[in-house]
Amino acid sequence: MIRVAIVGAGPAGIAAADVLSAHGAAVTVVDEGREAGGQIYRRARSGLKFDIDALLGAEAANYRDFHAAFARLRDRIDYRPQTLVWAIGEKRLHTLCSGSAGTVAFDALLLATGAADRVLPVPGWTLPGVFTLGGAQVLLKEHGCLIGRRVVFCGASPLLYLAAKQYRAMGAEIVGVLDTTPLAAKIGATPRLLAAPDIFMRGLGYMNELRRAGVPMHHGVRLIAFEGASGVERVRFRDRNGREIIVACDAVAYGFGLKPETQLADLAGIDFRYDATFRQWLPYADSDGRCGSGVYVAGDGATIGGACAAALTGILAACAALEDFKIVIKGVDRGRMRREVARLRRFQRGLARAFAWPVDAIGDVDDHTMVCRCEGITAGELRASLRADFGPTEVNRLKAITRCGMGRCQGRFCGLAAAELTAHELNISLEAVGRLRGQPPVKPLPLGVKA
Amino acid sequence: MTGRLVRAIAPDAPSVRILVDGKEVTAYAGESVLVAVLSARGALRRHEFSDEMRAGFCLMGACQDCWVWLADHSRVRACTTTVVEGMHMLTRPPAGFAT
Repeated sequence: MIRVAIVGAGPAGIAAADVLSAHGAAVTVVDEGREAGGQIYRRARSGLKFDIDALLGAEAANYRDFHAAFARLRDRIDYRPQTLVWAIGEKRLHTLCSGSAGTVAFDALLLATGAADRVLPVPGWTLPGVFTLGGAQVLLKEHGCLIGRRVVFCGASPLLYLAAKQYRAMGAEIVGVLDTTPLAAKIGATPRLLAAPDIFMRGLGYMNELRRAGVPMHHGVRLIAFEGASGVERVRFRDRNGREIIVACDAVAYGFGLKPETQLADLAGIDFRYDATFRQWLPYADSDGRCGSGVYVAGDGATIGGACAAALTGILAACAALEDFKIVIKGVDRGRMRREVARLRRFQRGLARAFAWPVDAIGDVDDHTMVCRCEGITAGELRASLRADFGPTEVNRLKAITRCGMGRCQGRFCGLAAAELTAHELNISLEAVGRLRGQPPVKPLPLGVKA
Repeated sequence: MTGRLVRAIAPDAPSVRILVDGKEVTAYAGESVLVAVLSARGALRRHEFSDEMRAGFCLMGACQDCWVWLADHSRVRACTTTVVEGMHMLTRPPAGFAT
C-alpha cells in the first residue's frame, strides 16, 4: 500500500484524496484550516446561521457537493486539521499541531497548497482597515463578518465584482470599485475569456448588477494612496482621464490576482519556471502535475486555474501518483479531464490579461512606503540598496542586504513586489531578478515546541 | 472608535468574555481572536519596527501580521486562533519583552 501525504484540503487536495483512497492508498491530508474547504469552500464556523445559497449564488452547489464529498471521505483518510507543515525532510513532512511537533512519512507527496492574494504596496497599505480581497471574502464566509461599513474594493481582479456584490448583499455600502485595468484590456482578452462562456457571463452579470445598484465603478485607475490617521479613512486615486478623486471609506479590500503558495514546493526540491503571463515563477510539472521524485502539485498552488480546475488537477495528480506506483486506475476519464483543465487554464490566462498586474505602478510607490510589512522595509531602502555600487541584481541578495522578505511571512506578500521593484529600478527583466527561495520553517514556530 | 469589523450575521452562540489590555470585550464562541477584538476595537497590535498599529491583513493565515501577545507570555495568530473564555490579549508586548 502506498502512503500519500497531501498538503491542503481545498478542492484539489480533497479530490486527490478521494481518488487515492478509492484505489487503496493510505492517505494523510494535512490542513492548516479548521475544516476542509480551503479558502474557496471555507465553511461557516459553528453557531452561525448562514444562508449559504444567498451568499454564494452560483457557487453554492459546488460548495455543497464539496462538503458532502468530504463527509463521505472523512473516515477513509487520516485528516489532520489545524496542522502546519513547516518543513519537508527525506520522504517526511514536519508538522506542528496545537504546539506539538510531528512527522508524516510518505511514499508520494501531493502539494495542494492553494494561493493567496498578490498585492502591490500602495502608500498606506499597512493601515488598519486595509485587507486583502480574498481575506475580505474569507471573513464573510467563515465568520459572517464584513471588514467595514463603507468599503472600497480595488486592484485588478475579477473577484472585485463578486466580493463587492456579496458585501452589498450582506449590508455593506460599496463606496467604490476601483479597477486598475482599463476596459480595453478586458475587451482585448474576450476571445480567451470565451473559453469559459458561463463564467465570463456570470462576471459580466456581477458588473451589471453593481452598475444598476448605482455603485461607483471606475476602470483604468491609478491608486495613489490609502489615507487615514488610526485607520483607513479614504482612498485617493486617479481616474482614467487623470482626474484625482478621493473616496471616503472605513475599509479597503484590494488585490491583484493570486499568488500560488509555493514555499513547500520549493522545500520539496521542485524546479520552478518563469511564467510571463502571470509574471511569477511556478512549480514545474507535466500536464498531470507530476514533478518527479514522487512529488505532485495540483490546484491553484501549481498554476492559477480556479476551483473547478483545482479539483480536476487534484484527480489528475492523484492518477499520476497511482500510475507511478504501478496501480491500475479505474473509472477516471483522464483525457476528458486534461481537455477541461486546458480550457479552464486558457480562461485564467485570459483573466490574467483582462486584470493584469499594473507593471508600471511599482515606479509610483514613494520611498516612504513599506514594501516588506513584516520587517518595515521601505521602497526607498530597497532602491538605495539597488543603486549602491556593486548592489544586488537578484532578489535573494536584496533580501540578505535589506531584510525585505526575511520577516514572518517569509516574503509571501513582499517577494513579488520586491522583484518588480528590482526589475523596474535596474531596468532588467522580471525573470532576470529571480525569485525568493523558500526557507524552513515556512511559517513561524513557537520556541519550546514539544517533539 | 467602535469596532472595525461588522457582524453581518448575528452569532447564535454563547458569549465569551475576553480581555484586551485588561479591558473586557464580549465575543462569541467559535469566533477567532481577530474577529472578536476587531469587532470591538480598531486595531490588534503595534508593529514591532514602527509606531504603526496593525489589524491583520490577509485574514487567512498567510501574512502573519496578526500574531499577538497574550498576558501569559504566549503568542497566537489572531485570525486562526479561536477565543477562549478569560483569554487576555495584549496590543503590545508584555513587560520585559522587546517585541
